[in-house]
Amino acid sequence: MDATANHPEREHPGKETPREEVETVTIRFCGDSGDGMQLTGTEFTKSTAIAGNDLATFPDYPAEIRAPAGTLPGVSGFQIHFSSRDIYTPGDAPDVLVAMNPAALKTNLPDLVAGGVLIVNKDAFSDVNLQKAGYGQNPLDDESLARKYRFFKVDISGLTERALAGSGLTSKEVALCKNMFALGLMFWMYGRPMEATIAGIRRKFAKKPQIAEANVKVIHAGFNYGETAEMFAHKYEVKPARLPPGRYRNVTGNQATALGLAAAAQKAGVRLFLGSYPITPASDILHELSYLKNYGVTTFQAEDEIAGIGSAIGAAYGGALAVTTTSGPGMALKTEAMGLAIMLELPLVIIDVQRGGPSTGLPTKTEQADLLQAVYGRNSEAPLPVIAASSPADCFGAAYEAFRIAVQYMTPVILLTDGYLGNGSEPWLIPNVEKLRPIEVKYRRDPEGFQPYARDPKTLARPWVIPGTPGLEHRIGGLEKDFTTGSVSYDPQNHERMVRIRAEKVAGIAKGLAPTEVFGKPEGDLLVVGWGGTYGALHQAAEQLQAKGNRVSHLHLRYLNPLPPDVGDILRRFRHVLVAELNLGQLAKILRATYLVDAASYNKIQGKPFKIAEIVNRCREILEPDGARA
Amino acid sequence: MSANPLPVTPPLTKKDFQSDQDVRWCPGCGDYVILAQVQRVLPELGIPRENIVVISGIGCSSRFPYYMNTYGMHSIHGRAPAIATGLKVARPELSVWVATGDGDGLSIGGNHTIHVLRRNVDMKILLFNNRIYGLTKGQYSPTSQVGMKSKSSPYGSLDAPFDPLRLALGAGGTFVARAVDAEPAHLTEVLRRAAHHKGTAFIEIYQNCVVFNDGAFDYMTEKAAREETRLVLTHGKPLVFGKAKDKGIRLNPKLEPEVFQIGREGDLSQCLVHDETSETLAWILAHLQPPKFPTPVGVFRAVSAPTYDAGVHEQEEEVRGKKGAGDLAKLLGSGETWTVS
Repeated sequence: MDATANHPEREHPGKETPREEVETVTIRFCGDSGDGMQLTGTEFTKSTAIAGNDLATFPDYPAEIRAPAGTLPGVSGFQIHFSSRDIYTPGDAPDVLVAMNPAALKTNLPDLVAGGVLIVNKDAFSDVNLQKAGYGQNPLDDESLARKYRFFKVDISGLTERALAGSGLTSKEVALCKNMFALGLMFWMYGRPMEATIAGIRRKFAKKPQIAEANVKVIHAGFNYGETAEMFAHKYEVKPARLPPGRYRNVTGNQATALGLAAAAQKAGVRLFLGSYPITPASDILHELSYLKNYGVTTFQAEDEIAGIGSAIGAAYGGALAVTTTSGPGMALKTEAMGLAIMLELPLVIIDVQRGGPSTGLPTKTEQADLLQAVYGRNSEAPLPVIAASSPADCFGAAYEAFRIAVQYMTPVILLTDGYLGNGSEPWLIPNVEKLRPIEVKYRRDPEGFQPYARDPKTLARPWVIPGTPGLEHRIGGLEKDFTTGSVSYDPQNHERMVRIRAEKVAGIAKGLAPTEVFGKPEGDLLVVGWGGTYGALHQAAEQLQAKGNRVSHLHLRYLNPLPPDVGDILRRFRHVLVAELNLGQLAKILRATYLVDAASYNKIQGKPFKIAEIVNRCREILEPDGARA
Repeated sequence: MSANPLPVTPPLTKKDFQSDQDVRWCPGCGDYVILAQVQRVLPELGIPRENIVVISGIGCSSRFPYYMNTYGMHSIHGRAPAIATGLKVARPELSVWVATGDGDGLSIGGNHTIHVLRRNVDMKILLFNNRIYGLTKGQYSPTSQVGMKSKSSPYGSLDAPFDPLRLALGAGGTFVARAVDAEPAHLTEVLRRAAHHKGTAFIEIYQNCVVFNDGAFDYMTEKAAREETRLVLTHGKPLVFGKAKDKGIRLNPKLEPEVFQIGREGDLSQCLVHDETSETLAWILAHLQPPKFPTPVGVFRAVSAPTYDAGVHEQEEEVRGKKGAGDLAKLLGSGETWTVS
């Protein structure tokens, strides 16, 4: 057994490792994309949730299904941040890094905090793997690692092999179990309950009990190694968080989105129809919903993105709550059909799980650069409401809200989430079904005085009339409509009137919105403004700055089109406005144009979420101009 | 005394299917004939008018829904089959019809056409083939012949055309037929057959564009010539044509079709007999091209196969049978949960 000797308690064999209480920990598991790091992270998350911590996760994986083994592009990582208090992000930098091969070490070590725990699978540091990772010499021989970090070299592969000696598994099958060793070791280090993971493995491999038991055995081996190896100075305890009372589960943003859509349809009492073409990182919504056939959920895997939205338009025409899900490039393809949905004035939800672009861009990385596309990206005057989810769990409410607006105003609605929200997870307080806001679907059935484009005086919505209704037969289409009869009209005055009424209808949605909440004082020196998945980082940055006595508040916008009526007043009550976005300043552009406010931008376009520290630092620069800073 | 008797609905007539909109195709356009025949067939079907939906894309043919007093949608270019699929899956009780053209259905919307056929979604697709882009005023289309001079091909088109029926057969079409605007009675017969088909019924309708491609089908529609240039398909009947019914189609030793003179070059027993259930025969018929062969019209293929829309609902029932009807509270609270008190 080879453990690095930087262990103060090494001279006291047999002594119970003390458990040190810590408030917050960030662990990153990283390895080759074939090493099962996503599974390891997911399982650790599950037991952390059961342990009652607040948590946030961030899976980060390559676009290639299997980039060449051992190479830098093939590194896959999973980060979990868990705490005894409320947290909102997956953590700026890992306190613990588990690296399963040289490539993982090379790409992830720069992120590890100084003095952090570094655990490497030393067996993977073969000449071949070192070469693939571009290491001239073995970094494990570098003594500075042990000086900078609490560094542990563990022969994870070898120990896994020994644990499974005589199991009858092939060497390939044995190698696939090594991630479970790392998981077991982390379970020990943070005192996590293992039962749920073990039960899950036995369920998953019910038909291959040999594999199930091998995995279970290796988890125990990892756990016992921590217990007996006498190399780890500490084990840690993260007390349960004080979350609001209730029943919780862990959800990813994509799961929460799917559940929000299903819940909306159930509450409305109509069929949910999803027309979708697989695309990263949105496909999980399709996967989740495809299981829910007994809930009146129809999923249609279309031949392309256009058929995805086309079929959804057809289903909406037929009276279903219809949705199409995609990411940036797919959004571009759906554009013309969105215009049709605007013209038809049918309820439809379009979900864009944003990713790095343009074009194919960074398919597995996050970005917020589709905002202008969502708000403006169609031919002619084609307004539609745009809303955004702010955290993985918030995707539930956002998806639900998208349908509420779509049905109430008879309009397509765009919901923006992103790869970080879609794949990231956090605990979710399971909502009470009875208390969900009702979604009222009313199909017009009365032929008396019927005009297809006669509008509700309050919402300006036209009636939803579905085929099969006797006496209301009529034609709709993409050509301009007569204001009154809905028949095709090329009249110039009528066209202007229709363009204006469509815009007025969408703008009018703002009237129904609740007052916008600001985190912090309603006025001050600096307002940090954001939207979407950056919520956690901006919120915690504001919190940290407020704790130090700064007059900083945070405004996070769910409604991006139309903007809530009180946003202009809120912006004007602060000396500085900083709009932080994972793009080149798209919301800032909208706010500046709408309110003539001198908003500054803080932008990051690296396929990665903001770190709290990045926001804090930028705010300090604004609050303490150069002269004032030491 | 019985409770409220069922209201007696008078049978629908052609007039019931005519909308209040003025029909605005060019005078003499073949589309008028197609519209009239569809309006003639629909009342026979016994389907309530409100349960019929006509969906179209873009092009001259796609104005069709405006003239039908049913539910209808004039959508965007090429996408009608996708929209119709969503509607049919959501509302399987509806009778869904798609009106499209050679540009709409085979060029910009070619992908949706093949996929709807592959899935066998229960709908009728009327593809008006005039071998020209009419609405954009005269460019060659994916069914225009090589060498065709048009606004965008002044020196002759270099594009090899699609054969719509071969495409439909290749995509697994369960009902594939051809008709001609110039023979309304036959067109009506084919429409009637299509209306009763369960699954995707694909009808290519040769349609004369009087303005941009006038006379494209004269070779097989002119009274004087057509007995020699077109072959009317009838299930169970030999492939015989000619004014004197003296020509037949048979296979030569290389298994290629050939025309022979009945009596002089062989007897009737050598003649291929039409069988709508034979995929091989449908392929052979779809390859019969002028001038060597007469152009077949009628039902090339009609077979029974499971439809996608029915499958969706059967699977749903099956899952509901196994798992019970969904309970939203249970769904939201599924997976590993924990309670904070």
